[in-house]
Amino acid sequence: MARIDVNHVRHSYLPNPQKDADFALREVHHTFEDGGAYALLGPSGCGKTTLLNIISGLLHPSHGELLFNGKDVTNLSTQERNIAQVFQFPVIYDTMTVYDNLAFPLRNRGVPEADVDRTVRETLEMIDLASWAKKKARGLTADQKQKISLGRGLVRSDVNAILFDEPLTVIDPHMKWVLRSQLKQLHRRFGYTMVYVTHDQTEALTFADQVVVMYDGGIVQIGTPAELFERPRHTFVGYFIGSPGMNVMPVAIDGKTATIGSQRIELPGVPKTGAGPIELGIRPEYVRLGRDGMAVKISKVEDLGRHKVVRASLEGREIAAVIGEDESVPADPKVRFDPAGINIYADSWRVEMGA
Amino acid sequence: MEKTWNNKAWFMVLPVLLLVAFSAVIPLMTVVNYSVQDTFGNNVFFWNGSDWFTEILESERFWLSMVRNLIFSFIILAIEVPLGIFIALNMPKKGWGVPVCLVLMALPLLIPWNVVGTIWQVFGRIDIGLLGYTLSALGFDYNYVNDPTDAWVTVILMDVWHWTSLVVLLCYAGLVSIPDAYYQAAKIDGASRWAIFRYIQLPKMNRVLLIAVLLRFMDSFMIYTEPFVVTGGGPGNSTTFLSIDLVKIAIGQFDLGPAAAMSIIYFLIILLLSWVFYTVMTNVDAER
Amino acid sequence: MLELRNVTKTVGAAEHIRDVSLTLQHGSLNVLLGPTLSGKTSLMRLMAGLDVPTSGSVWFDGQNVTGMPVQQRKIAMVYQQFINYPAMTVYENIASPLRVAGTDQAKIDKEVRNAAALLKLTPYLDRTPLSLSGGQQQRTALARAIVKNASLVLLDEPLANLDYKLREELRAELPKIFAAAGTIFVYATTEPHEALLLGGNTATLSEGRITQFGPTIDVFRKPIDLVTAKTFADPPLNTIVLAKKGQDFLLEGGVKLPVPAELSGIADANYTIGFQPHHLSLERPNAAAVPVRAKVTITEITGSESFIHLDFADARWVMLTHGIRDFEPDAEIEVFIDPRHIMVFDGNGSAVAASKLAA
Repeated sequence: MARIDVNHVRHSYLPNPQKDADFALREVHHTFEDGGAYALLGPSGCGKTTLLNIISGLLHPSHGELLFNGKDVTNLSTQERNIAQVFQFPVIYDTMTVYDNLAFPLRNRGVPEADVDRTVRETLEMIDLASWAKKKARGLTADQKQKISLGRGLVRSDVNAILFDEPLTVIDPHMKWVLRSQLKQLHRRFGYTMVYVTHDQTEALTFADQVVVMYDGGIVQIGTPAELFERPRHTFVGYFIGSPGMNVMPVAIDGKTATIGSQRIELPGVPKTGAGPIELGIRPEYVRLGRDGMAVKISKVEDLGRHKVVRASLEGREIAAVIGEDESVPADPKVRFDPAGINIYADSWRVEMGA
Repeated sequence: MEKTWNNKAWFMVLPVLLLVAFSAVIPLMTVVNYSVQDTFGNNVFFWNGSDWFTEILESERFWLSMVRNLIFSFIILAIEVPLGIFIALNMPKKGWGVPVCLVLMALPLLIPWNVVGTIWQVFGRIDIGLLGYTLSALGFDYNYVNDPTDAWVTVILMDVWHWTSLVVLLCYAGLVSIPDAYYQAAKIDGASRWAIFRYIQLPKMNRVLLIAVLLRFMDSFMIYTEPFVVTGGGPGNSTTFLSIDLVKIAIGQFDLGPAAAMSIIYFLIILLLSWVFYTVMTNVDAER
Repeated sequence: MLELRNVTKTVGAAEHIRDVSLTLQHGSLNVLLGPTLSGKTSLMRLMAGLDVPTSGSVWFDGQNVTGMPVQQRKIAMVYQQFINYPAMTVYENIASPLRVAGTDQAKIDKEVRNAAALLKLTPYLDRTPLSLSGGQQQRTALARAIVKNASLVLLDEPLANLDYKLREELRAELPKIFAAAGTIFVYATTEPHEALLLGGNTATLSEGRITQFGPTIDVFRKPIDLVTAKTFADPPLNTIVLAKKGQDFLLEGGVKLPVPAELSGIADANYTIGFQPHHLSLERPNAAAVPVRAKVTITEITGSESFIHLDFADARWVMLTHGIRDFEPDAEIEVFIDPRHIMVFDGNGSAVAASKLAA
């Protein structure tokens, strides 16, 4: 397993990139620690797959360098980098048995057959496919095929990292839970360095210790799931993480008070606002619906089973609130913002609040 | 899919039934008629039973033509299939090279068969043909008119030139349908060029290859026009294939009875082979 | 009103649809919920008339339309793949069904602009679909389905190829669009969450059978059998087989889970108990809650919630809890089952209902 340093990497698919907009990946400078579980999260076109393919060596970056355990691998081929990758659609060798699929990467590297047999059997146990060893791989279900793709990475005890490119796309919801938790257990037990690309916040947040949120070719925030939830650095992170996303509304700030229309909101501190439009962000989970506070007009209540999402308008702006399964909407509804959940943004970037 | 019953629908297929009757069933019946009777012209027929069939099946000439046919089919398959795969593997997968290669590949397929024959007939001539002249000038004793081996080489080269493209295009279609992720995964697994071919490309070409083999086998088994134009079946009978022999008997010697019997045997052989291929192919499908 | 009467579809030896009867009202949104290969697409093809049922019949507004080809019915379909005419502008794409119908230009223009406004496509009317994002391409396909003024609109996992966030946005808009159109909408999905967000009615499918059909939230809260409950649960439903003795279900370690009062009359036997992950909790939710000790296998944290995977005896459970609660694997923790929220299924997997006992 390896620590991966991505040093000032930029990439463009154009032959002669000039402007920033020509780069699919604007500058990325980050270290993936040895044994860490990372997720690259962002909408399509944000550059997350580009970054993954640069790490795996399927793409050569236009600028910058890549180090594995301090050793420069920028010019090494995928094969020489010794990584494993699981793709969106399961890649299996369908004329081979499950066993031979797993043995394939080892045999290609000339590993003695006795070692191949031992490693493949161990790996089959790890991914719960031991009883399928003799079956032809093409008869399997999508989730089993995806496990084989993963298994082909796991057989190589010396792999530097395991990379995942939206691996659960074609998996049914129920199997997603099973595969995800198995993946997490494997990470816990064997300490692989794992990098997982996805557009699905649930997958990213549940899988990773550190989530790298990407937007428009750059990294907007790196943090633990809790940090991304509580303190989004950018309004995009607030919007992209959480369902529904964070409520963001323009406010005027005066000391410890924010004003929206005729409503005044007390802030936990004095925001150090800079230039640019000022906005207040609050997650629906921190919007308290009750009998006191700011008057709102309810437009819709979505009953999602385990909780309800209340859509309302506050001073003419759409706002969402989450209430419990058994709670109901009061007759004369009002909302309060839990101060713990308030963030202030200047020009879309979060500002600190002083005392 | 189920059909809703509507008897008017039969009128829709009637023209096709009529066409098939006129183009296939009636001529075939005529042939059957000839094959069991003898005639001396003037529409006088004698019942002959299975005599013509026995005669054909016992004649050395028929079996020699048959063996020549099989050898020919075997040789051209042995050349065209690997060559076709090889070319398809080396064709560009994107960029301006794709349309150029595709057009080049399609060219020989667009030329009428007798023209192909004529081209090669001229091409191989030692007095004015580019191939024949060059070979002779280089000191090779090449003459497809006199030497059976040279005649075979010419006919085989001609077929390879004419038909390898078909195998190429079919294989190419199979190859471009392989998602990139497969090649990327293979790189990561450290697969050699051969392993990529054996475990990714070949399995994906499996089906188109079967179709290619079937088409080429059938076509070569029925080959007539090109060798007839080039060699006329000679020298001697060295390039006389079943179809050429059949025409010789029917039109050259006007032995309509034996020719008809031979047609039917020929027809049955092809029917049998089609059925074998069909079974093999549907089995491959079912396995998937 | 679309009615399927005892519809069965077999292809070769395989039964794709098994004896489905279903009535869908005008102006309703109906979700077909089930995993891959449960028969959602097969059922939609039968509704559309792309396939003819092996047995049974399809009725539309009292008329038997079994076997009537799709061209003669007023149907629109939207697929998982973004299917548009690549050479036409978005405007022409949306207009295409109206042009086929021979509508006059003024009306076409009005309809296209309305649909474009509804689906936020107005700025893109002069672009071609391939120059748009996936979400906009799918909006174009949806707009085309809307203007067709079809009596039946079938949507086969229309959001599956979109990003999570785009899905969320379109999902929120779709019910409004549906409500405005007044036609019968059928929407296939594999995701329980999506069914809940869309609302309307839900039919749960399993192995070609409709296991339950009714208002979405009712099917979610009161599944009539175990298969339905499992199909309609994400995270997966927690289950355990327990013996009932007297007034209690017996749990491992001598713990007793009281039988809900309305079910007190059921016979002593083995039952499958099911409950949703958010009905398992770390703190005692009320006096009736029953504590059990379970072993943590893995914890997943989403930022605002934690999914704690547990082993209890032979059962594997998931607990969904608010806040960040991290536990080491193999830790033994006390969790509470709320008996007010359990579902009870008999040996055949049918829900044991209070009303049945009364009869």
